Amino acid sequence: MQITLNSNALEIEGTISISNLLMCKGYKDKLVAVAVNGEFMPRENYDGYILQDKDSVEIVAPMQGG
Amino acid sequence: MSDKWQIGKTEISSRLFLGTASYPSPDILRASIEAAQPGLITVSLRRENAAGKGQAFWDIIKGFNIPVLPNTASCYGVDEAVTTAQMAREIFETNRIKLEVIGDDYTLQPDIYGLLEATQKLIKLGFEVYPYMTDDLVLAQRLVDLGCNILMPWGAPIGSGRGLNNIYALKQLRERFPDKTLVIDAGLGAPSHASAAMEIGYDAVLLNTAVAKAGDPAMMAGAFAGAVKAGRDAYLSGIIAKQDSATPSTPLLDKPFWHQEKGSG
Repeated sequence: MQITLNSNALEIEGTISISNLLMCKGYKDKLVAVAVNGEFMPRENYDGYILQDKDSVEIVAPMQGG
Repeated sequence: MSDKWQIGKTEISSRLFLGTASYPSPDILRASIEAAQPGLITVSLRRENAAGKGQAFWDIIKGFNIPVLPNTASCYGVDEAVTTAQMAREIFETNRIKLEVIGDDYTLQPDIYGLLEATQKLIKLGFEVYPYMTDDLVLAQRLVDLGCNILMPWGAPIGSGRGLNNIYALKQLRERFPDKTLVIDAGLGAPSHASAAMEIGYDAVLLNTAVAKAGDPAMMAGAFAGAVKAGRDAYLSGIIAKQDSATPSTPLLDKPFWHQEKGSG
């Protein structure tokens, strides 16, 4: 299946949870927040949510702001 | 003398709120925060790559132990702003949110209809909304009706450095909402602008570009801190009323030669 991660296309083989995606992509232990298809995904749901084909995942972190 | 005060549910010790964007370097950002000693520091969220640039920034901010005010900067829609606020709450562990719903690219003027809709949703979700708004009186009333206790009208468009574009409207807001916390957010360029806002009774000012883009940001941060304190002290002291004619400041009573007849020697 294909998902997008921060607007970049990503091919996934098999099934993968948000937790596993974060681990595979190097976000483990980083302070990030996640949205899937424009909806906020609370941390406690990372293990339980299995990504679906065409899901759009946003991963954000603290940044400078005014 | 410490000026401890409470904004929303947060007790803070300064009436200057400082943004963290556009500084020439992390060291200059750090020096500017040290000079400003702000009551709140604004922060944002951006897409993170695995390199973790955001983590280094957050380490700097955390070190100051100053409450943060996350924003929804550059959000153009209600859903986008609400989702961003929820992500910010999880990351920064605060219900405070500076709500920006932008309606115009050129002026970065808030979309007031989107702002009201997003405010309603976020208050229902338990957020303490700090709405970035225009100086419109009716908009302010609608935000208060939705439950906002803090209003943040712009002085002028973001980053413009124009100061208080419509002092009449800003004074009206102060007079009509004496019990709400009013913060000038955006458009300030010089410390005198901040002082002017405080002199008309605003509770605080929020600025970023005026410091970050100054020739010496840390020195400018200190200048703004002094101006905010001067303006606040002036407001509390009671500024004299303007009048059209002169009044001598030196007492005339017993002045030598007072009312002496011309030619009397």
